Formats: sequence, C-alpha cells, structure tokens
Amino acid sequence: MKSSRAYLNRIFEFVIEKAIFLAGILSIVFVFLIFLFLIKEGFSLFRTYSIFSFLFGTKWYPISSPPQFGIVPLLLGSVAVTLGAILIAVPLGIGSAIYIAEIAPRWLREILKATVEFLAAIPSIVLGFIGLVTLAPLVKKLFHLPTGLTALSGSIMLAFMAMPTIVSMMEDAFTAVPKSYREGALALGATRWEMIRRVLLPASASGMLAAIMLGIGRVIGETMAVLMITGNAARIPTGLTQPVRTMTATIAAEMGEAVQGGNHYFALFAIGIVLFIITFLINVTASFLVRSQRK
Amino acid sequence: MSQDDSVRMKTAIRIENFNLYYDQFRALSDVNLEICERRVTAVIGPSGCGKSTLLRAINRMNDLIEKVRVEGQIFVDEAPVYGDHVDLVALRRKVGMVFQRPNPFPLSIFENVAFGLRLHFHSSPAERMERVQKSLEEVGLWEELRDRLGGFALNLSGEQQQRLCIARAIAVRPDIILMDEPCSALDPVATQRIEELIRFLKKDYTIVIVTHNMSQAARVSDETAYFYLGKLIEMGATQKIFTAPSKKETEDYITGKFG
Ligand SMILES: Nc1ncnc2c1ncn2[C@@H]1O[C@H](COP(=O)(O)OP(=O)(O)OP(=O)(O)O)[C@@H](O)[C@H]1O
Ligand SMILES: [Mg+2]
Repeated sequence: MKSSRAYLNRIFEFVIEKAIFLAGILSIVFVFLIFLFLIKEGFSLFRTYSIFSFLFGTKWYPISSPPQFGIVPLLLGSVAVTLGAILIAVPLGIGSAIYIAEIAPRWLREILKATVEFLAAIPSIVLGFIGLVTLAPLVKKLFHLPTGLTALSGSIMLAFMAMPTIVSMMEDAFTAVPKSYREGALALGATRWEMIRRVLLPASASGMLAAIMLGIGRVIGETMAVLMITGNAARIPTGLTQPVRTMTATIAAEMGEAVQGGNHYFALFAIGIVLFIITFLINVTASFLVRSQRK
Repeated sequence: MSQDDSVRMKTAIRIENFNLYYDQFRALSDVNLEICERRVTAVIGPSGCGKSTLLRAINRMNDLIEKVRVEGQIFVDEAPVYGDHVDLVALRRKVGMVFQRPNPFPLSIFENVAFGLRLHFHSSPAERMERVQKSLEEVGLWEELRDRLGGFALNLSGEQQQRLCIARAIAVRPDIILMDEPCSALDPVATQRIEELIRFLKKDYTIVIVTHNMSQAARVSDETAYFYLGKLIEMGATQKIFTAPSKKETEDYITGKFG
C-alpha cells in the first residue's frame, strides 16, 4: 500500500516536471519558429535579387519595373529619426531622472514619477495622432518648411515615447547608488551638484547606458506613430527637416499591397530581419550592461 | 607637563546648550562640552543615546535628514557651525568624517584619495600625486598600494578600505576628524592596527571617535564623554573616567552593569 503510494507520487512528480519543461521549451520553440519563418521568407528575396543590391542599394522602388529594393534610404530614415530622438531624449531624460531622484522634494517626486508612468501608458497611436495635428504644424511653421511631416517631427514624437523608459530606468540606477557614497562625498565638502557629477553619475554609468539602450530599442521598433508623422518619403535624408521613411513604417505601409510570394513581399520580410538583428543587438547590449551594473 | 597642559587648553570644538530634535523626538538634550585640539576624544554610551547624532551635528550631516531641528550652537575653531551664513563646504573641508562601514567611492584608489583635492584645491597633477602619496603614507597604505593606484578601490580588504577612507579624509588637511565606530566592521587584528593609526594621527589632528568598545575607548582616547539618553552624563580624562568616574551611571556603564 505504502509503496504504491510512493510510486504514484513519483509518477506525479515526473508528469509535473515534464509538463513544466514542456511549457518552457514551447515558448522557445515558438520564438524559434517565428524566427525561422522570418529567415525563410526574407531570404527568398535573394534567390532572384542580389543581397548586395538590397543592403547597399540607394533606391527603394518596389513597384517600378524592374523593381528596386535598396534598403539604404529606409535604414538611414530609421537612423535619422532614432538619432534625433536620442539626441532629444537622452539629455532631457538624464536631467529629469537626476531631478526626480536627487533634487525634487518628496511630494513632487511622487507626482513626477506618476506622470512619467502616465506618459508610458499613452498608446503610441494616440501620441502619433496628437503629434500629427499639433507637432507637425508647429515644426512646419517654426522651420518654414513645405511640410511638417519630417524626420524631426518623428524624432520629437519618439523622444516622448522613449522618455518614460529612460527616465524610470535611470532613476532606478540613481536610487540604487548607496547612501554611503553620497554621504562620503558630502562629508568631504562636495556640493550636491559635485556629488552628483563625481560620484552618482560614475557609479551608475552602466545603468544609465542600459536605460539609453532600452530607450533606443523602444524607439527603433516603433511603427504607427512614425508612419503617421514622418512624411513617408523613401529618400536618403540629408537633414532632419526632411520627410523620411523608416524600416518599420515601410513594412506597415506596404504589407497590404505586396503580393504574397512575390519579391516585394519577400523584401519586406528581409527588412524585418535587419530590424530584428538591430533590436536584438541593442537588447543584448542593454542586458549585458544591466548585469555588469549589478555586480 | 606644563607644555602638555597648554596644548590641552586649546579648544577645537565647543558645544553650547545644544539640542537636536528629529521631528518631535529630542535626540540630544542640552549638551555642553569642549573638545581639545590634537587629542582623541571618545564618545561612549549605550545604543541610541545620540552618539552618532552628536558627531553628525558637528559637520552638519544631519542637514540631510528631513525634519531635523537644532537649538544652541556648536563652534569649530570659535566659528559658529549653525546659522544662515555658514559655509558648509568650508566647514566640511575643515571637519573630515570616517564612517562606520568603509565607504570608498567606486573609483580608483588614486581618485578616492584625490577626491577632496579636486574639490578644494586647484593643484597640478604633480602636486596632487604628492598629496595622495603623503596621505597614503600617513595611513600606512603607500607601500602596499603604490603599484596599483589605478586599481578599483572596492577590491581592497575591509581594513584597507577603511584606511583609504581615512586617507581620503586627511588628504584635504582637515583640523578635525570625526570617526563613527570606525572599527566595527573590522576584525580584531585590523581593529588594533587602525587604533594604532588613530594614536599616530592625533599629533596632527583633533579626533572625535564614537565607539561601543570600552577597551577601545580606554586604549585610544585622552578624553571620554559618556552619554545617556541624549544627555552628557560625564566628561573627563579617559583615565579618570575609567578608574574613578564621579557619576554612578558612568561607573555602572563602564563596569558593564548596564548598557
Ligand atoms: N533619522 C532619524 N530619524 C528619527 N530618529 C532618529 C534618526 N536617527 C536617529 N534617530 C534616533 O535618535 C536617537 C539617537 O540615535 P543615534 O544614531 O545618534 O544613536 P547612537 O548613540 O549613535 O546609537 P548606536 O550606538 O546604535 O549607533 C535614537 O533614539 C534614534 O532612534
Ligand atoms: Mg551610531
């Protein structure tokens, strides 16, 4: 009797263990399958179209004949919008994170933190829509442009989307710096600003970098808002005040019209692969930095 | 002896009718005492009696805590510590502090010692190097660390870290060093060596040390102040306090009957 009970228990253990294992392995399998599909569809382009012309081609004319699938203008479009967003979001983000973590009185700190979280909760499509009707006309007027739908408008928009990630992660990094470092610096006669600059910032450097990387990751994959506000011109940009088109916006805009199984369709998947690789590298770097911060 | 007495006359810190409140709680009550220059003064008393509070009142580290209120005055070198026009930077340059847990910055060994120099002096790199070397020599770290000044300070042993923190404090040539249980995170051997260092440093600095360790107070200090519940019960020459205290409470605490 007793031994059969133990036997049942063992079977039960075994089943549970395998079920958990299966659940774990299944998510990996799904990710792997998605990736496989992406690779398969993307690489189909290169059966008939050279990978060189794809990666280094400067013209994206998917429906001319013969079609041209040069990714450079889209890549540069993404880079321009993302770089612009970083240039805006990083200084602002560092400033507000320092203010929230170190300077604001406690009651204001709580309000500001809640506001940042609130900003993160606004769906990107809503932000894009608001940007379209308020920001774009403003940019147009301010810079005397023919259109306000430019890389700059996209950058400002994306900066807003990256800010919550950057601010809250940096704020965490600052708060994680032990009180003893601050006291040590202040006791040596450092002013608050000297303490921040000479102790706090160096001590949280890798956490700050990770925050920036994750902010970038958030921005580079952003689609709808960018599609709405950057003007959608697949041209190589020479400045931030020109209309551009990002990789994400291209996929979103052209997915509907591309014939399944055709080169245009494959080319969009190939863009997806490029996007995937970039995002992957950014995330890996960020998590590496986060881990080295914890040590 | 007479020379010793004249040295003893000089007051480095004078605390007058001093009260400190954390919000409603009165952590220090009517404290009056004088701390002599170039002597080691030990502050003893049971946990929570206000030793750290007193120490942090001298260099105004309590300012960092919300809802702290003080009454009375503290004079460092006859200059008031509390008031609207007090230069906190100058005060803290003059009054260094060593903490209970060694707290070197996550920077190189060199940058730790040079930290205060960069804040307060516009010295050339060569002068800075000289100052760093001198400070490390004074705390007995120079020989072991001279070849790895660029190394990460947090990789040092606990004792080395605490010595480094002392070097960091003395690098800016303060007059006074406040030490809050500087040995409590160290093993007995390291403790003994830090005590030696404290006795060595008193030729140049006024040292105020908080300690829980009676024999440490007896070993390193010239004067001892006994606190209980935020009040100064008794202060005097260490030898007298430990052999013939004038108050019953002091005797009970020192002999371990209570505390
Ligand atoms: N930030 C604070 N807010 C409120 N009360 C405090 C604060 N810091 C200390 N106190 C209180 O003030 C009293 C004195 O504290 P203090 O840290 O000076 O004691 P101490 O003698 O250094 O004790 P210990 O030997 O344990 O270090 C204690 O009752 C403590 O609870
Ligand atoms: Mg204490």
